[in-house]
Amino acid sequence: MHAPRTECLLNLIDQEYAIRDYQSDIPPRWCTGCGDNGILTAVQRLCRDEQLPPEKTVFVSGIGCSSRLPHYMNAYGFHGLHGRAFPVAEGIKLRRPDLHVFVTTGDGDCCSIGAAHWLHAIRYNMNMTVLMHDNQIYGLTKMQASPTSPRGLKSNTTPRGTYLDPLNPLTVTLGVSNVSFVAQAADWIPEVLYDIVSKAYRHKGFSFVRVLQRCPEFLPHRFDPWVKDPSSTRLLVHQQGLALSAETSRTYRNQEIHDPGNLDRAREIASLTEEIPIGILYRNSDVPCYEDLREGERPNTPGLIRTVLDEEFDKVTIWPEEQQNQAPAA
Amino acid sequence: MKPQIRAETEQQPTRKRSPGKAAKKAVRDPKSTNKKKAAAASRGRLAQAVSEHIVEILSDSGEGAQRCGQSLAAVAARTGLGIWTVEIIPAEIQPPARSIAGASGNRVRLASRRIMNGGDEADLVVAFNEQVLLNRVRDNELKPGCVILLESKWRHDPDPEIAASYAQIAEELTASGYRLHEIPMEDECVRFVPDTRRGKNMFVLGMLCNIYSLELGLAQAQVRFAFRKKDEKVIDVNLELLEAGYQWAEAKLDLKFTIASSRPREPQVVVNGNTALALGVVASGMEVCAMYPITPATSASHYLSDIFEKVGCVVHQAEDEIAACAFAIGASYAGKCAVTITSGPGLSLKQEGIGLAVMAEIPLVVVDVQRGGPSTGQPTKAEQGDLLTAIFGSHGDAPKIVLAAATLEDCFYSVITARKIAETFNMVVMVLTDASLATAQQPFPRPRFREDWLAPPIDQSAVPEGAKPYDWDPRTGMAQRFIPGQPNGMHCLTGLAHDRSSRVAYDPEINEEGLRNRSLKLAAFQRTLKTPPVYGGDDGDLLLVGWGSTKGAIEEAVERLRADGKAVSSLHLKFLQPMASGIKDVLHRFGKVMTIENNWSDSLDGDLIDEHNRRYSSLAWLLRARYLIDIDCWSETRGQPIKPGTIVEAVQKKLN
Repeated sequence: MHAPRTECLLNLIDQEYAIRDYQSDIPPRWCTGCGDNGILTAVQRLCRDEQLPPEKTVFVSGIGCSSRLPHYMNAYGFHGLHGRAFPVAEGIKLRRPDLHVFVTTGDGDCCSIGAAHWLHAIRYNMNMTVLMHDNQIYGLTKMQASPTSPRGLKSNTTPRGTYLDPLNPLTVTLGVSNVSFVAQAADWIPEVLYDIVSKAYRHKGFSFVRVLQRCPEFLPHRFDPWVKDPSSTRLLVHQQGLALSAETSRTYRNQEIHDPGNLDRAREIASLTEEIPIGILYRNSDVPCYEDLREGERPNTPGLIRTVLDEEFDKVTIWPEEQQNQAPAA
Repeated sequence: MKPQIRAETEQQPTRKRSPGKAAKKAVRDPKSTNKKKAAAASRGRLAQAVSEHIVEILSDSGEGAQRCGQSLAAVAARTGLGIWTVEIIPAEIQPPARSIAGASGNRVRLASRRIMNGGDEADLVVAFNEQVLLNRVRDNELKPGCVILLESKWRHDPDPEIAASYAQIAEELTASGYRLHEIPMEDECVRFVPDTRRGKNMFVLGMLCNIYSLELGLAQAQVRFAFRKKDEKVIDVNLELLEAGYQWAEAKLDLKFTIASSRPREPQVVVNGNTALALGVVASGMEVCAMYPITPATSASHYLSDIFEKVGCVVHQAEDEIAACAFAIGASYAGKCAVTITSGPGLSLKQEGIGLAVMAEIPLVVVDVQRGGPSTGQPTKAEQGDLLTAIFGSHGDAPKIVLAAATLEDCFYSVITARKIAETFNMVVMVLTDASLATAQQPFPRPRFREDWLAPPIDQSAVPEGAKPYDWDPRTGMAQRFIPGQPNGMHCLTGLAHDRSSRVAYDPEINEEGLRNRSLKLAAFQRTLKTPPVYGGDDGDLLLVGWGSTKGAIEEAVERLRADGKAVSSLHLKFLQPMASGIKDVLHRFGKVMTIENNWSDSLDGDLIDEHNRRYSSLAWLLRARYLIDIDCWSETRGQPIKPGTIVEAVQKKLN
């Protein structure tokens, strides 16, 4: 900001960011085969393709395997509290529309301890891209059932199997007022994952992407049926939807033309149990963003603060007798 | 059984008339006014000069006693009287009518000098029914011989139980030596308003202005101001009621007091503590307040919501206390220091977030308007129960700065101070106030805004190559924070133990380096503090030590005790964590030291309590631990501000 203007302009011309410009010097420390690696790659590609200045990009996370992602980005990162990534990200975005805000969270972080914040974050519809890494298990604390774990899953806290049906993050998100973007991706289809992350970034509003993510350590075979049998994956395609390569189209023949503006159909698709829907379930660009609604019309200048304080003090001031003429008419 | 209605000499013949021109004429007719004046004069109504008086107005919720009290205080303040108001608030929004627990109203202490607390017991009470009055009688809030102005309509109530209750209580009050005046408020007011629940309060305001020789014109201006958002009709009716009350007292009451007043030399503002707090937030240059509704903190956010957008800033009502804290932390991290305002239970919920702000060195102001606890406790009542939570809360070693506002003026300036400290040291600063400051009103010198109160614009310049986000200064532990948008400043902030580059690190040296530097900042800040002044004499037999809202009462007690020849002084601490140097020397200059606090401590009177198990009040714990002096404590947890008279008694007991 304090650099000479010409220097700034030169920087703009010179600087073309490459993937490595978004990689921190800490190598990712996720387990081998962890789906989080693929998500990181997609995100770094997105930053490169959108040429996001690293200093203007903020990755906010909570706690859990997913929430390690900001450490592996060369950008501003905020690795905060379990479940609280959304309110932190909202606070950041409120008065900094110039920052590109991403939230990386997991099924425990988002759907369990942070569930209240998740619902309200959807309703606030602040412009940020959310990647909810859903591996259906707690990994960092070593294999406890999560709200999205399938019923009957044996874990360290449910040795006789979980008792309840899983929570469906897609139907929940689609049920909240002001929902504006909901998509589902899978870490094992990187091309589509990238495309969805890109569409999510380009949507102005709260873009919620549930990424089905494999955990090779604790649930190594959980997604096998879908990974091995592409016909059990239903790709959602539309003119305003995914841009599939010919190869992907050949592999994933189970496709549905789905208009992302159709909320009722989106809710039906979200409720599928046997098949996994992949693509953009819902998009509505007309939902206002909270930060725009709360953007002050008046500048926050010292002069204005003085004026407003004086106005307020005038209402409650007792003037000395000689200054009485200054008193406002009550 | 319907009790006998005794003759009421003070009651006007009941004239049922619909409100209208005739009624207005009756009040404004100069002839009738003259007659009344003549009547008063013929009864030899002389004003009694007093140096102070404590007035209470009590009603059911919704009958407007609070507005009446606030207006009386405002009018008195405008004439130059010292005032202090204390709200009397039931816990429910609409408690049952005529219930003892439902008493709602205001205490107004009027004095010829500047006063800093609500004083002792009431000299004069106005009650809209006998049940709400019982609340205060049973709490021993009335002076012996207190004047009671009681709505008399209940004597004729169609419900025989009500009428009997009224008659019995009225008789008991008189028998107990209270000077009871039965006032036909209903009959007088129904001539102007069909629903006297909305209007009786202005009639009472008029009466009180007359009783305390306050100018009717000032009261009229106050009524116009109080109802400025209502339409003309509402204002007119309230003005009529005000004048009717004034004239009625003039004609019918033998009560008249004057309290000498002097207009202030400099402009004064009259606001309550929460309003002062909100104004302080504006004046501090903070731009974001994230909060969640909680009593008694919320009224600060109500007022702030009204004015903050006028300066382009935001009050964000979050989905819960945790989110409010995290939102404020996010806003602080990416911009200017933000504030979150709460009360006890909310503070508990924010503690994890506070720990993060400490660990990551994000500036944050947390205001705790304390109330009675634990748990939901007494949400509308005052207590100083959160001091230790504020200092030692969160988890692990989480050093933060804690300061307490002692006066209403302090509520304003404390926020400005807190913002500055938070941003200079990248620390969490807690500001403690409480329910008694939140709702009390008192004039204080009108602040003159200074631009250096404001936060500077956030730094967006490039960080020098190689600079580290936690490059702790070895002497002070301080480091320059990097704000998103600053080129070269990219790093991943984390709540995990981290090194100077903000890299997660578990090795013992790095963990201790971080802990040491975060702690060192507290010491560096402590070096800027001055020893607080002693009130009274520099040495003596007993030093009272207090913090927060008890200051006015403690100092008044010290004045009375010194006037009585006792060598008692007081010390009031603004900074509780860290504490200024020099305090130990002050403590050593007195024979005994005792804290005075509005929180729990075990009394040594019981069989079970002795020096091995006694739990001290919060400040006493702190002082004993730090200064190794056998400091005693006296505390009360009655949910109300401590009275100077109560402190005097406690001190006399201690000295004997």
